[in-house]
This record gives sequence, C-alpha cells and structure tokens, in this order.
Amino acid sequence: MDVTRASRLTRLAGIAGLLLVVLLALAPWWAGRADLRLLGEVFLYMALATLWNLLAGYAGLVSVGQQAYVGLGGYLLFALTILAGLPVPLALPLVLAAGAVVAVPVALLIFRLRGAYFAIGSWVIAEVFRLVAAQVAALGGGSGASLPPAVVRTLAEGRDLREAMAYWLAFGLATAVLAAAVAILRSRHGLALTAIRDNELAAKSLGIDIWRTKLLVYVAVGALTALAGALIFLQKLRISPDAAFAVNDWTAFVIFIVVIGGIGTLEGPILGTLVFFALRETMADLGTIYLIALGAVAIAVMLKAPQGLWGLIRARTGAELFPLSRKVTGIPSGS
Amino acid sequence: MEWVNAVLQGTLLGGLYALFAAGLSLIFGVMRLVNIAHGDLIVLAAYLALSITAGFGLHPLLALLLVVPAMGLLGYALQRGLINFTMGGDILPPLLVTFGLSVIIQNGLLMGYTADPQKLQAGALETASLTLLGLTAGVLPLLTFALAVAVIGALQWMFYRTAMGRAFRATSDRQDVALLMGLNRAHVFGLAMALSLAVTAIAGVLLGIRTGFDPAGGGARLIFGFEAVIIGGLGNLWGTLAGGVILGIAQAIGGQIHPGLQILAGHLVFLAVLAVRPRGLFPKMEG
Repeated sequence: MDVTRASRLTRLAGIAGLLLVVLLALAPWWAGRADLRLLGEVFLYMALATLWNLLAGYAGLVSVGQQAYVGLGGYLLFALTILAGLPVPLALPLVLAAGAVVAVPVALLIFRLRGAYFAIGSWVIAEVFRLVAAQVAALGGGSGASLPPAVVRTLAEGRDLREAMAYWLAFGLATAVLAAAVAILRSRHGLALTAIRDNELAAKSLGIDIWRTKLLVYVAVGALTALAGALIFLQKLRISPDAAFAVNDWTAFVIFIVVIGGIGTLEGPILGTLVFFALRETMADLGTIYLIALGAVAIAVMLKAPQGLWGLIRARTGAELFPLSRKVTGIPSGS
Repeated sequence: MEWVNAVLQGTLLGGLYALFAAGLSLIFGVMRLVNIAHGDLIVLAAYLALSITAGFGLHPLLALLLVVPAMGLLGYALQRGLINFTMGGDILPPLLVTFGLSVIIQNGLLMGYTADPQKLQAGALETASLTLLGLTAGVLPLLTFALAVAVIGALQWMFYRTAMGRAFRATSDRQDVALLMGLNRAHVFGLAMALSLAVTAIAGVLLGIRTGFDPAGGGARLIFGFEAVIIGGLGNLWGTLAGGVILGIAQAIGGQIHPGLQILAGHLVFLAVLAVRPRGLFPKMEG
C-alpha cells in the first residue's frame, strides 16, 4: 500500500507542462509582435488570478482591493526609475520587497474587519493609495506620467529584444507564481491553508495559527501583485492614478476569471484566464456589451456552478493536473 | 470663522453620506449582506430621476414620488430573483453576484446615457441659502440633512414599533427560529432590500441635484456609505448618521487645508477609527 500525490494524469500533465513551458519560452522567435504582447498580457492576468485565488480561494481573504498593489507596483517602478534613476532590472526586485513592506501594516489594519467588510476595507486602502499617487507632482499628479525612452532602454537595447524581455518577465512571473503556489500547497503551510479553506473553525481547533497563516499569504500575495503591477505598466509605458488603481481592471475582472475558472483550485484561474481572453478577443468590438456579458456569466457561474468550469470537469472526470491531493494506491484487492 | 463654516458644511454633507449609508446599514443588519452594487444603485436612481424629470418636466424632488417606489420594487425583485439564491454562510457568492451587478449597471448606464456627467436641475433650490449669526448654509444641504434625520428616524421607528420591524429584528437575531415562527425569510429579505433601495432613491436624487453624477461614480458612493456605517458602529442607525457627519466634517476640514486632501482626509479618519475602535464608535451588534 502506498500514499502518493502523483497519478498517471499528473505525470502526463507534468511532461506536457514542461514542453509547453519550453515552447512558450521560445515565443519571441515564433510569435509576431502583437501576439507576443497579447501573450504577455495573458500571463500577467494569469499571475494576478492565481494570486487572488490563493488569497480568497485558500486563505479566505476575499479582497476587492488588490488594485492597491497593482498600482503601487506600477508607481514604484516609475518612481524608482524616473526619480531615483535606477535601471529597470534593479528596480523590479525593489518593487517586490517594497510590496511586502507595505502589505504588513495594511494587513494589521484591515484584518480587524471580517468577511465582506474586509473586502470593502481593502478597497478603501486602494482608494487611499490612488489619492496619494495623485498628489505626487513629480509623477504628473492626477494626469500621470510616461516612462522616458532612456529608462526603457535600461531593460534592453533594441526594440525586439525589449519586447522579448517584457514578455519573458511576464511569462517568468506567471510560471514562478504557479510553481510557488504548487510548492506552498504541498508544504505544511499548504496543508494549513487547505484546512482553513475547508473549515476555519476546525482548522483552529487543530492548532493552526490562522491569523499568522493569513498574514503570511496576504504579504506574499501583496508583494507578488506589486511586481505584476510593475510589469503591467512596464508594458504600457504610461501610468495614471485612475488606470493604476482601477477596481474593474485589476480586481473585478480577476475575480470573474477565478470564479468562472473555478475558485480554490490551481487549474481554475488558468482556465478562467483563457476563457476571459477568448471572450475578449472575440467580443471586444461590442464594447460595453462584452463587459455586461462578462458580469452576467460570472453571476450565472456563481449561482449554477459555484465550483467553476474546472470544478465541473473535475466532478465529472476526477481529473487533477497538479499533484496536490493524496491518493492511496496499491491496496491489495480482496483483503 | 471659515473653520466653523467648514464644520457646518461638513455636518450637512454628512447628511447625504448618512443617506448613502442607511440602506447599507439596514440590509447588513437584517441579512448580513454587503451590497457591492449599492453605490451603482444610487447612481442608477439618479439617472432614473433624470429620465423622469426630462420626460414629464417634473421637479427632481417631485420625481421622488416615482423614483422611490420604482427603486423599492427593483430592490424586492432583485432580492427575490437573484440575491436570495446566494444567501448562505459563505460570503463569496453574495459579494461576487453584487460585484457582477455593479459591472452590469455601470456599463448599462454607459450604453444608455454615455459617459458624460449629468445633473438634475432643481431651479432656485440649487442656489438658495440662509444666513444666521454670520454663517451661511445652502437650503439644499439643510434639506438633505433634515431628510437624513427624518429617514433614519422613520427607519428606527419602523424597526422597533411595527410588525415588519419585528420581523426584521427576529430574522436578524436568529434566522432559524424566525423561520419556525412562521416568517417567510425570502419575503422578509425582499422587503429589507426594497426599503434599502427606497432610501437609495432619495440619496440618488439629492446627489444628482447637489453634485452631478456619471456612470462610473458608484464605487466612491459605496465607499463613503460603508465608511459611515463602520465609523458609526454596526447595527446602529443613529450611529450611522453620526458616522456620516464625522466623515463629512473630516472631508470638509481636509478640503479646507488643501483641496487635494478632501477625500483623503475622510479615508484617513475612517482608518484611524478602525485602528482605535475596530467595531466603530457606537456598535450595537457583532460583525
């Protein structure tokens, strides 16, 4: 008898995943410039969705204020490069660290609110960040700023290489976030998180320090969301308070992605991101109707299939692509 | 003197915030629901009033006679037809569904009315003012504050003196026992949402006369209302009025120091209250 997390499907998915990673890493050689940009955007949304899923799907922290960290990361990148004169490759790790440093006091404050009030409290924090950013005259105040060509050149010389670098950073972040999520969920902390997801009271009675576990997740997610924000605005080359701290772009759509794909699973946000971009690329001409449809689909999924698309697939086939849950194999039959 | 004036204007502005907040406070009290679309529904009410005033040539305050029942009906239908299906122990379904509603309302308004800012025309009421002891206050802000006090007084009376209020309180305290006593939970929740949106209608019309509105403005209204509820303390309607006034004064004083600080000062006072008294200043119930 044997207890294992791997199955034939997870091994197959692992091999296919590796091949896909190699193929996607080579994208600058086979994709056109527009496709490369789209792919980069897909990966940044995938990272945001996976991070929000860790927060809400596992740690039970339903935040609607993650735009605070997206905007913070974007603004820090602009401040560190334009005002402090740092090259982009040096600024990015600093953004990550600063995201974590900012997330700690924020958590101490808004962890005092529970449930849905935590959600809106996190939104207030994002509004505070937005209003502060609008007061920074050196970065254009309310109207925002552009990244000067001299700064962009510190990423790489030549336009093709620069576009490729921006893509690799986005792709690297998405794979790193996903790999980190798998690693965390397979560790002791992951066991604690899964227990909290399933039943907070029972988890507490088993001696899990819920507050500390949640704080760790919140800070790590905040730091990585800030890095994602820096990469988003590195791609856009322009930032303004309203774009950087937009609740619809960086939180509503991300929540819809996670819910449509399947909350509380690692596969869900990936699937949801693909659905989101498929809808967007086919319906973008319809403008606002597309956003109304997106909202309606999210509501319908929440009411009719709260486990999301991946939940439906898993319920029907038992499929699991990441080796997370444990299975008992090799039980002698007839005993 | 200009500081005294700022406090006065802030207090009156607080009346409007209390109206934003009263509906939120009510549905949280009865069914522990936080409606993310609340701000967008306030803006929707303002647009409804805009269409009615334009269509029938009515004064916006008279349009209330139509907007209030219309929003009340919408609230009942929304609750019975949609939100009731999300009311379980889990906070995510109601949050997500009202978030979806928020995006739908915003973009629906964008399609119907474009992104241009609109305003409700109320004629002489907009500029009329009273002067007393060297202080000047607009008639509209005074009227808003009086309406806020009246609405909260009426809600308070309804809560503690009527059969419907008894049903609300019973459902709030123990849903399962209330069910055993023969209350129809779905209907009680529908009534609570109807009442919440009826108040929202008043808030929307007064907002539309005072500052104007556009489809994207719902989020800020939700946040102001939410802050007033938390500052005042959960489950306390008069506390919500006090919370609105505190928020209004904070904004007015912040704006007096520097125009860019107006909204920020309100948020900072909210965060300070959260840090010192996380359950608000006058709480009556557990979050």
